[in-house]
Amino acid sequence: MLAKIGRRLLTVVPTIIGVIIVTFMLTRVLPGDPAIYFAGPAATPQSIAEIRKTLGLDRPLPVQFVHYVDDLAHGDLGNSLSTGQSVVTEIASRLPASAELTLFALVISMAVAVPLGILAAVRQGSWIDHICRIVATAGVSLPVFFTGLLLVYVFYFLLGWAPAPIGRLDVFYTPPTDYTGFYLIDGLLDLDVDTVWAALKQLILPALTLGIFALAPIARMTRASMLALLTSDFVRTARASGLSNRTVIITYAFRNAMLPVITTLGMVFSFLLGANVLVEKVFAWPGIGSYAVEALIASDFAPVQGFVLTMAILYVVLNLAIDMLYGVIDPRVRLEG
Amino acid sequence: MKRAGIKRRDILKSTVALAAGSALGAPAVWSTAHAAPARNETLLLVTENGPNNLDIQGLGTNRPGYEASWNCYDRLIRNATKTLPDGTLSYDRDKLNPELAEDMKVDDMSVTFKLKKNATFQDGKPVTAKDVKWSFDRAVTVGGFPTAQMQAGSLNKPEQFVAVDDHTFRVDFVQKDRLTLPDLAVIVPGIYNSELVKQHATAADPWGLDYTKSNTAGSGPFKVVSWKPGVELTYERNETWVGGTLPELKRVIWRTIPSPGNRRALMERGDADISFDLPAKDFSEMKQAGKVKIISTPISNGMYSVEMNVKEPPFNNEKLRQALAYAMPYQKIMDAAMFGLAKPLFGGKSNQVSSIDWPQPTGYVTDLAKAKALMKEAGVGDGLSTTLSFDLGDGVTCQPIAELVQESLGQIGIQTTINKIPGSNWRSEMAKKSMPLMVNFFSGWLDYPEYFFFWCYDGANRIFNTPSYQSKDMDALIAGARQSIAVGDTATYTKDVEGFISQAYTEVPRIPLCQPNLSVATQQNISGYTYWFHRQLDYRSIRKA
Repeated sequence: MLAKIGRRLLTVVPTIIGVIIVTFMLTRVLPGDPAIYFAGPAATPQSIAEIRKTLGLDRPLPVQFVHYVDDLAHGDLGNSLSTGQSVVTEIASRLPASAELTLFALVISMAVAVPLGILAAVRQGSWIDHICRIVATAGVSLPVFFTGLLLVYVFYFLLGWAPAPIGRLDVFYTPPTDYTGFYLIDGLLDLDVDTVWAALKQLILPALTLGIFALAPIARMTRASMLALLTSDFVRTARASGLSNRTVIITYAFRNAMLPVITTLGMVFSFLLGANVLVEKVFAWPGIGSYAVEALIASDFAPVQGFVLTMAILYVVLNLAIDMLYGVIDPRVRLEG
Repeated sequence: MKRAGIKRRDILKSTVALAAGSALGAPAVWSTAHAAPARNETLLLVTENGPNNLDIQGLGTNRPGYEASWNCYDRLIRNATKTLPDGTLSYDRDKLNPELAEDMKVDDMSVTFKLKKNATFQDGKPVTAKDVKWSFDRAVTVGGFPTAQMQAGSLNKPEQFVAVDDHTFRVDFVQKDRLTLPDLAVIVPGIYNSELVKQHATAADPWGLDYTKSNTAGSGPFKVVSWKPGVELTYERNETWVGGTLPELKRVIWRTIPSPGNRRALMERGDADISFDLPAKDFSEMKQAGKVKIISTPISNGMYSVEMNVKEPPFNNEKLRQALAYAMPYQKIMDAAMFGLAKPLFGGKSNQVSSIDWPQPTGYVTDLAKAKALMKEAGVGDGLSTTLSFDLGDGVTCQPIAELVQESLGQIGIQTTINKIPGSNWRSEMAKKSMPLMVNFFSGWLDYPEYFFFWCYDGANRIFNTPSYQSKDMDALIAGARQSIAVGDTATYTKDVEGFISQAYTEVPRIPLCQPNLSVATQQNISGYTYWFHRQLDYRSIRKA
């Protein structure tokens, strides 16, 4: 098992190297000169040149690259020019915010999409199947920020049910002690039910927005793989043997249909993590997506490089985890692997 | 095989059990609520962007950062407050009150301040003239915007600043300049706790800019107690402040909420106290709805304008520039881009002005026939094509203006392609001075016409002189105005100011459009909002009923 993980990790190394080189080149090639941005108004050519020197941008590209890789080897992703904080600290505080939101959204999404997909497959052609189709199409075709703003308008502004879209926690609560960065978990570890409830309330609307968006692929994939399995021989045998409908569908068909669903989940998770920048903007969520976009707009290289590297590594780890999960769910895959 | 099967089933079962268990939550053990201070002692401010640096003397500090500096640091003097005709409060350009100083004596070529003896920094250390000198030296040495701002008031070298004794500080003038005293009251010359900052200085960073970036080391009415960049900034009142009456607010929380629609929703539902960077359309709608208090003040010494590069063809041709001035859709811009929340700068009696009001309307109006005739005179009767650029960072206002201008110019034969420049690149583009035609905004902190012209029309060709306009006559008039008012010669001053405004309007490198308002939305129970030249909030005067 460990050897397998080790071998998989080795194949990932060239990818990571490629990512490092490409992001470095991209950020240097983009228009926009951070030296002029930071020289501010009333900048003279010589003050801009001074600032360029302080930022180390006047050295030739290969030299800058060598310094960059050297820093990386020491775990130093550099400092953000616009906030002045170290990139590692900022990513460490922002990644859990995005991850908590995305995971919660996925849970909501799964809770709706999987039963919907199963029902649609079992009662193919019925009204449930059509509902599944409509929900999936609507969810994926409405832009995420539109859904977000609509939900805020209806549930906060008109009805007053949801709390103010003001971030992870209302102003009058202090965040729990930082064990993992996930407010729900940290609040529970602190045994502070007030804060957990406050954090949960803030999470609902943004998670719902993201969840609606993730519904489509999961529902459709569940439905498609269930459909394929419900006509297979072993399910026919199970039915013929007189097993209850429930056992046939859940224990036999769904268990086998799970594999493609898990693959889809993995893809949806990583694409949600990056794409939730829009949700973060609407709900003022201090996540990693908006962090990267703001840095990009300010021509601030270090956070953008740090973000791309982090996402690449996260994606690799996620794929590895999913492969391992396959092995747990379906021993046949493990044996062949 | 069986054992492996059981193992697998067990793993799955136990994972599900663990997930279910944690979802049910810990037993209901009550802990003390983490509630921060009461709602009515705290001000909640929501804007689109927060500070990127708490020190205005730092590298690349943005406007929200100016607000942090303004409220956490004292200056020697501060402008007084006056009430405008419509009942709103504004800073008083002509009256300076002591803040950290208790006394000010102006001599022929110097000014001496006596510092308040009971003034202390937020860490308890007393404020001395040594701290003031160190702070002033820092302001004129760090370079960039802060140093340029000091120079606007002829505060150029550390040699001008003298700590006479522990509580007496003197500034020597290098020349007589009316702007010197007002320049001491702008945000830049704040007083820093030199001992504390020096402890954190290094060889590479002798002025401790890294430390003051995320820590406030001042004697001002508020101090920053927590800062999560891009998310939230929290201030607490400094109970030992002696610069004025102790503020009524005990705590100010500043949250970054990127979506303008949500900021408006928060204001209308009463969940936030103040917001001030909403689009003009939202302000005008909220004003009519009347639930929230909207206070609008014209931005002093500021204007939106259309600017042309006068060094390169085609706009090096004065008749062509005048043609454009007659082709601007002025009223449409006032209605559709500004929603009426601005003062028009067109339709005046003549381009030869007879008063020193600034900004004042030009003599241009929308007259397409006249514009076409001028184009023929300019020799471009067949029309031309060019690019119209604007700053996407101010896109809410500049985009409608650009589109209206494009449409109007099209009618006189000038085809324009709109070039939207992202906010982070706007300064670079301005510095290159290669944009032929652009929509731009400028406002000067010191509300005097010669100050605006110093930055925007002077032959030294500073970054804000985007048309690259250089004229010896103009330079003579600007210099003449500054020198004459410095010695109190109002007759020459008036002549020179009217002269340079008239020349600017006749040669029209820059077509003034309007003087915009700065609008603020507050809840009905908030009072004491005061308009400042730096367009940021001053928490000293704000009260929450």
